[in-house]
Amino acid sequence: MSAPFRLPSGGRIDRSKPLTFTFNGQSIPAFRGDTLASALLASGKVLFGRSFKYHRPRGLLSHGSDEPNALFSVDRGPGRVDPNNRASVVDVTNGLTIETQNHWPSLDFDIGAVNDVLSPVFVSGFYYKTFMWPKSFWTKVYEPIIRAAAGLGKPPVAPDPDRYGNRHAHVDVLIAGAGPAGLAAALAAAKSGKRVVLADEQQEMGGALLHETTAEIEGKPASVWLSETLAELAGYPNVTLLPRTTVFGYYNHNHLVAIERVTDHLDRPGETIRERLWQFRAAEVVIAAGSLERPLAFADNDRPGIMLAESVRVFINRYGVLPGRQIVFATTSASAYQAAIDARKAGVDVTLVDLRTQAGPEKALAVSAGVKVMSGYTVIRSEGTKRVKALIVAPVDASGKVSGPRVRLVCDCVGMSGGWTPSVHLFSQSRGKLSFEAERDLFVPGTSVQAERSAGACRGTFDLAGALNEGFAAGAAACGSAETRNFSASPVMTGFKAVRVLPTDENPTKVKAFIDFQNDVTAKDVGLAVREGFHSIEHVKRYTTTGMASDQGKTSNMNALGIVADILQKPIPAVGTTTFRPPFTPVSFGALINLNRHGLFDPARHTPIHDWAAAQGAVFEDVGQWRRARYFPKPGEDMHAAVLRECKQTRESAGIFDASTLGKIEVVGPDAAEFMNRIYINAWTKLEPGRCRYGLMLKEDGYVFDDGVVARIAEDRFHVTTTTGGAPRVLAHMEDYLQTEWPDLKVHLTSTTEQWAVIAVQGPKARDIIAPLVDDIDLSPEAFPHMAMRSGHICGVPTRMFRVSFTGELGYEINVPADYGRAVWEAVYAAGKPHGIVPYGTETMHVLRADKGFIIVGQDTDGTQTPDDVGYGGMIAKAKPDFVGKRSLARPDCVAPGRKQLVGLLTENPQELLDEGAQIVADPNQPVPMKMLGHVTSSYPSAALGRSIAMAMVADGRNLTGKTLYITTPKGFTTAVVTGTVFFDPKGERLNG
Amino acid sequence: MVESNIIRRPVLAGRSALGSSITMTVAAPATRFILRLDPASASAVGSAGGFDVSGPINSVRGSNGKLAVRLGPNEWFLIVEDGEGAALEAAIAASLGDRFHALVDVSHRNTAVLLSGENVVDVLNAGCPIDLSDAAFAPGSATRTILGKSEIVLIRPASGDGWRVECWRSFAPYVFEFLTEASR
Repeated sequence: MSAPFRLPSGGRIDRSKPLTFTFNGQSIPAFRGDTLASALLASGKVLFGRSFKYHRPRGLLSHGSDEPNALFSVDRGPGRVDPNNRASVVDVTNGLTIETQNHWPSLDFDIGAVNDVLSPVFVSGFYYKTFMWPKSFWTKVYEPIIRAAAGLGKPPVAPDPDRYGNRHAHVDVLIAGAGPAGLAAALAAAKSGKRVVLADEQQEMGGALLHETTAEIEGKPASVWLSETLAELAGYPNVTLLPRTTVFGYYNHNHLVAIERVTDHLDRPGETIRERLWQFRAAEVVIAAGSLERPLAFADNDRPGIMLAESVRVFINRYGVLPGRQIVFATTSASAYQAAIDARKAGVDVTLVDLRTQAGPEKALAVSAGVKVMSGYTVIRSEGTKRVKALIVAPVDASGKVSGPRVRLVCDCVGMSGGWTPSVHLFSQSRGKLSFEAERDLFVPGTSVQAERSAGACRGTFDLAGALNEGFAAGAAACGSAETRNFSASPVMTGFKAVRVLPTDENPTKVKAFIDFQNDVTAKDVGLAVREGFHSIEHVKRYTTTGMASDQGKTSNMNALGIVADILQKPIPAVGTTTFRPPFTPVSFGALINLNRHGLFDPARHTPIHDWAAAQGAVFEDVGQWRRARYFPKPGEDMHAAVLRECKQTRESAGIFDASTLGKIEVVGPDAAEFMNRIYINAWTKLEPGRCRYGLMLKEDGYVFDDGVVARIAEDRFHVTTTTGGAPRVLAHMEDYLQTEWPDLKVHLTSTTEQWAVIAVQGPKARDIIAPLVDDIDLSPEAFPHMAMRSGHICGVPTRMFRVSFTGELGYEINVPADYGRAVWEAVYAAGKPHGIVPYGTETMHVLRADKGFIIVGQDTDGTQTPDDVGYGGMIAKAKPDFVGKRSLARPDCVAPGRKQLVGLLTENPQELLDEGAQIVADPNQPVPMKMLGHVTSSYPSAALGRSIAMAMVADGRNLTGKTLYITTPKGFTTAVVTGTVFFDPKGERLNG
Repeated sequence: MVESNIIRRPVLAGRSALGSSITMTVAAPATRFILRLDPASASAVGSAGGFDVSGPINSVRGSNGKLAVRLGPNEWFLIVEDGEGAALEAAIAASLGDRFHALVDVSHRNTAVLLSGENVVDVLNAGCPIDLSDAAFAPGSATRTILGKSEIVLIRPASGDGWRVECWRSFAPYVFEFLTEASR
């Protein structure tokens, strides 16, 4: 296919680098430097999509990141399909495949266009009004259909094969935008030697200078000044230039986030990342974000071929593409005259219609360039469906009323301009207060709240010299300098008259004059919303959806705001302005997630024994970030069978269990015992070195917080263990008290969780199994009794060996330095084999401890249990003056009768397993809502008892011992008898092996 | 004593980074201590068991292969080649005499990756939010910080162009993979 609308010369495209891409199956030629938009226009394409609600044919509105219409699905290969790309910002690469969106069966013939005819139905808030009856239809019929019809583009289904990066960067001066103001700011800042980053969203830096073919700067053509300036900046080692990088979010403390498109502009992306997220911490920020042109609102202002006036100029000057051969400009702004002049220079027929009767010097320049200028004319409407064919205009009188016969201007392209809106998005995101200049109809940055300053068009300074001077001063000020510079630059055409909807003699309630092109919101929709009582712009926005599309209303906000203000006859600031939120333009999920995918999504913490367990076929469970072996199934076993076997074998001979994940804290210092006394409910002063104690700690509220066995290593040293999940919060809790409440205590805390691998050997054969591996620790019951700790060696490596039991069996927890863990584990396992040792996982551990009624903090407790509630009241050291939580234990509520207490439950049918979490009532026949007595906290089939066992928190539970209670099941109520919590070996005789 | 030929098996043993823009190696097993000591005592002794504890907060001081990383007002992280743990403990205790201190062996708690090359800072800044420029983090600097979702201790010894990333052993595979991915 040829490119009939490509000019023979001109533009910044590289004509020596031809490319092709595919558009809806058709091959389109392009040059390096083209965007999809410019290449398609060059090929004569103007129909780029169907609108969101009415499925109206749409073309291109803009040349930049504010484009609302031309949204394409871009296919870069398998897994690299991405919907809703703006044609105006996607650089052409060889072999791209592009599809248009939101039409069926085809772009040219779209069934959904019937919505345009039915549009009286789709007024503001139509979904709240139309789909009210019958009520039951909403979830089943209306909502699914509306959902299917709404939305733009199709989400990709294949996993994204691309990689994405992340970079934290500290900079002294971050400049957002490399137009004239941003470049001048960079020049000023560069000289300071400070770290300067200049980021710009476009492929090339320069902003408006990239299509400036008339103006001169410092006596040179703008393009020459631009390339010299960029070369100068590139020569500074302290300046980083980031093209293709959109600063999209401005957060607290000058934390700004940008996305750099690293490879999308390349034919072959290669092995590097596709996009990089930049997280800047900037000492100072210069916002030079430029401005956005306003469309004009008139009937059928959305027809393909009607675009912003400056965009016409960009396509001609920057891309060497004629958007049409017969171009009409409709404007209330001086800048469109320059566009008309440039179009005329490109050799086409140009007419300019200006609503203003009084134009500035631009009029004479345009007339002398051969532009037909019609002053004092309004646009009634456009003609044409898939491409604009004509513009119907009419003269207006001084009062703004249509005052003469209509004129039909035949055309194939319309450039419209309603003036300019400073891009205050980043400033507003920084929480700066906008101020409104009523005279010029501009919201501009007002009071700053962060270390930033705006310069150039984003501050309402539209003339070139002004923007350069302001940018330079801003760059200098960001470096603490008051230096200024006076740039010489050609005058440019500025100034506009703000008009919300062009005057018309047609019934305004019948015409579609689009305000928000992407969400298909018209001027009459906004008017209707106001008449229905939505007077705040935030309410109008939500009711009509204006400004809520992915373009964030860049081209529509001011017009919508103005319409509301006009109807309400209020000044614009009284109507308010909507809040600008990040991101400025859409950002890929890939970039936001960047490295945090697959194995890097979250650290998976493995113990030193993990790989051994995995090789044995263990099934793992997540406990926080830890992966713990849950059970070790033999072929054909399910969890139930494996756990029964593991339990049985452990109680009959021995089991080996990886307890390395237990939290460990070394408490060291002369005041260690005093510190322990204050943190735990137990007494520690008299615990001798070499002895262990089960410790329970509370939060200030008197409720159980964590538990674990503690060994006293020496007078001034404790080896504390915590629950696996509780380790970080226990250390934080202890440090908190130590640093803020008891800084006088001479004691320090060090996390040793990962210093030690912990190998639990439990069961009657435990001593026999480890004995051959140990020679410097006397394992005899007399020398090494239950709840003792001995330091020595096992397999020749140092150990802190605890004689403790969470199973009720004779048992040891062997702590060895972690790098030895695997080898010692294997040695113990080998030594245990002749004795029938079995590896067991957390599930068996849970059952074995439940046999003995030991609680698991977080399973049997939920943060509302006192020690007495779980039957551990006797552990409280009564003589201690204080400990964390002591005072709360005396609260009336904590000592009131009837509190829930931990009890055992035995079902009448011994094989019936209660559900953990099941509710408990005294009488299943009472009226609903029933009085709940409590719930089941733990429930297992016990191998030792040959029946099910359960624990539960039950109101006044211990007084109900022997009573039958009713427990919910999925099929109704079942019954169980309340018992004590120790189901197995109540006298504890097995502890001695 | 029971015969044994058990040697340390560090978590990253045998790992190497492929296609990296930096040089990345797993550090040899080390002996490590956390030493807690009042700043006044540290100033008074200057050195403990051969570890230079005279540096300011967020510094690393090293001599004879003995790195002393000051992580806080009263916290030092001591690193030395694997070996004489017990003797060092005794030497440190002897240097400090009656001065209140807490010394805890964390040799096996941590593991370390050594980085060098021009792009180290960019690679680290993929997951570490602090300013690692020469001006802000000169050779001789060290700090406790984060890399992605893992806590690390980042050490930039005064001599050589190398960096040392210390982390808890269970986070080591994550840290290694993160650095590998960031350096590809």
